[in-house]
Amino acid sequence: MEQQHLIDLAYLVAGILFIMGLKGLTHPRTAVRGNLLGAIGMLIAVVATLCDHQVLDYQTIIIGIFLGSLIGAVMAIKVQMTAMPQLVALFNGLGGGASVLVAFASLTAENTTETESLITNVAIVCSALIGAVTFWGSLVAFGKLQELSFLRKPARFSGQQVVNLLLAAATLLLGLLVLGYPQDMTYFSIFLIAASVLGITLVIPIGGADMPVVIALLNSYSGLAAAATGFVVDNNVLIVAGSLVGASGVILTKIMCKAMNRSLFHVLFGVLEAVGEVADADEVYSGKIKSTSADEVAMLYDSAERVIIVPGYGMAVAQAQHAVRELANELESRGVEVEFAIHPVAGRMPGHMNVLLAEAEVPYEKLKEMDEINPSFAQTDVVLVIGANDVVNPDARNDPTSPIAGMPILNVDQARTVVVVKRSLSPGFAGVPNPLFAADNCLMFFGDGKQAILDLNRALKES
Amino acid sequence: MDVSTLITGLTIFALAVFVGFEIITKIPPTLHTPLMSGSNAISGITVVGALIAIGSGSDSLATVFAFIALVMATINVVGGFLVTNRMLEMFRRKK
Repeated sequence: MEQQHLIDLAYLVAGILFIMGLKGLTHPRTAVRGNLLGAIGMLIAVVATLCDHQVLDYQTIIIGIFLGSLIGAVMAIKVQMTAMPQLVALFNGLGGGASVLVAFASLTAENTTETESLITNVAIVCSALIGAVTFWGSLVAFGKLQELSFLRKPARFSGQQVVNLLLAAATLLLGLLVLGYPQDMTYFSIFLIAASVLGITLVIPIGGADMPVVIALLNSYSGLAAAATGFVVDNNVLIVAGSLVGASGVILTKIMCKAMNRSLFHVLFGVLEAVGEVADADEVYSGKIKSTSADEVAMLYDSAERVIIVPGYGMAVAQAQHAVRELANELESRGVEVEFAIHPVAGRMPGHMNVLLAEAEVPYEKLKEMDEINPSFAQTDVVLVIGANDVVNPDARNDPTSPIAGMPILNVDQARTVVVVKRSLSPGFAGVPNPLFAADNCLMFFGDGKQAILDLNRALKES
Repeated sequence: MDVSTLITGLTIFALAVFVGFEIITKIPPTLHTPLMSGSNAISGITVVGALIAIGSGSDSLATVFAFIALVMATINVVGGFLVTNRMLEMFRRKK
């Protein structure tokens, strides 16, 4: 057997390990092992590649791997759980960027015959296009999640869709030019610039609450970029791994879109459906808001048998997850049944709330999905909403003219009492007032999320 | 790359996409963040592409690009798997 065959077999083993690794992620108990299998698969793929006789320059490689491992490890160990969406966005971008550079390097180093090189060149163009969009799109997403001031407002202008469409068409045309003149680096450079600008303009109009969709989509792109690179360097393990990740991102994107009742098209082009008129906030709220205090909420809990906690992005911002866990523990020690209701798009990425609560050592069995917990709100004494808004807005269910009509929500309004921890009455991402706050069974507990829960814990212990 | 290699590649691509769909629809929402960071680390497989590019590039510019690609992809891989492990350990932890 030739050496190349052994290397290919090693790639097959790596591919199988990636699939088994993802399979391990289907349950929290097997997930750590699954992740480890994926990492072993990667190690095998890298070692096999290094055995390739084409690979000569070991010194450069060792330096590169050392540098990358060091930076990656420091980032992974230092990052706070609340900053996870940014980190994932950044990693996505790096994967995409690597694809672009490999495409570039392959184009300059090319020395195959003409018919064969056309196929390779198509792969190079695809890999560079997807990679550049992923890289720049992810950097913008990172900036938005990090709340860099110049990216804070979604940048929208009229005719934006047309501009993006024209830009996409121009990029594709430039891609064709590259195919025609593969040796001319000027065309390739202009093509890369166009693809980069496209990546930026695609993500820049997208607002905060749509971020879960964008991250999932960029995740998918980073996989597709890797798969395209696999066609460039003629390597099957890249194709397998890339398509697995591409598929994963597509599914997550679909789940996120469904949870917001928005089409992918509308998210991508920053369109908020303008159906009917947005109700006037003063009209909805005037005279109907009941403000409450820690002591009052503590008294409510004294007579409660079943409590549901609904976390949102506000909990992440306030870093209140540990205080929330303490509250849940205190209530449980008094014999109260406590569960957490997790909306699929709560937070800034899929599963964001689950990670934060896991960090605070809330057992994952206590975290309930929307469909599972919704029927039980009617039998719940107190619901505590912390830092969530649009995902608990009953207008989505009741008012067909509301901009968020049809979005699946957590039916917290059906509980006996709802306590909403919030800084002010400011609207959520959808920009609509929330009639829940004015409902008879709703009490507003104004304040910083963490401080409010800490006060509540103190009041509970004193009572 | 010749046509038959391309077709083999496309076959692998299509089948792997279906395998991906089948597995990932079974992953519970509670693990979606680790899924993203973990699959993200797997997409760092571009590291293999970067290694091949460093090896075969005689051009010095190509080697520079491939080197930067190697660093970026390695950050993606190492950081991705480590941070996923960190998160998953939290899910496994029992009181």
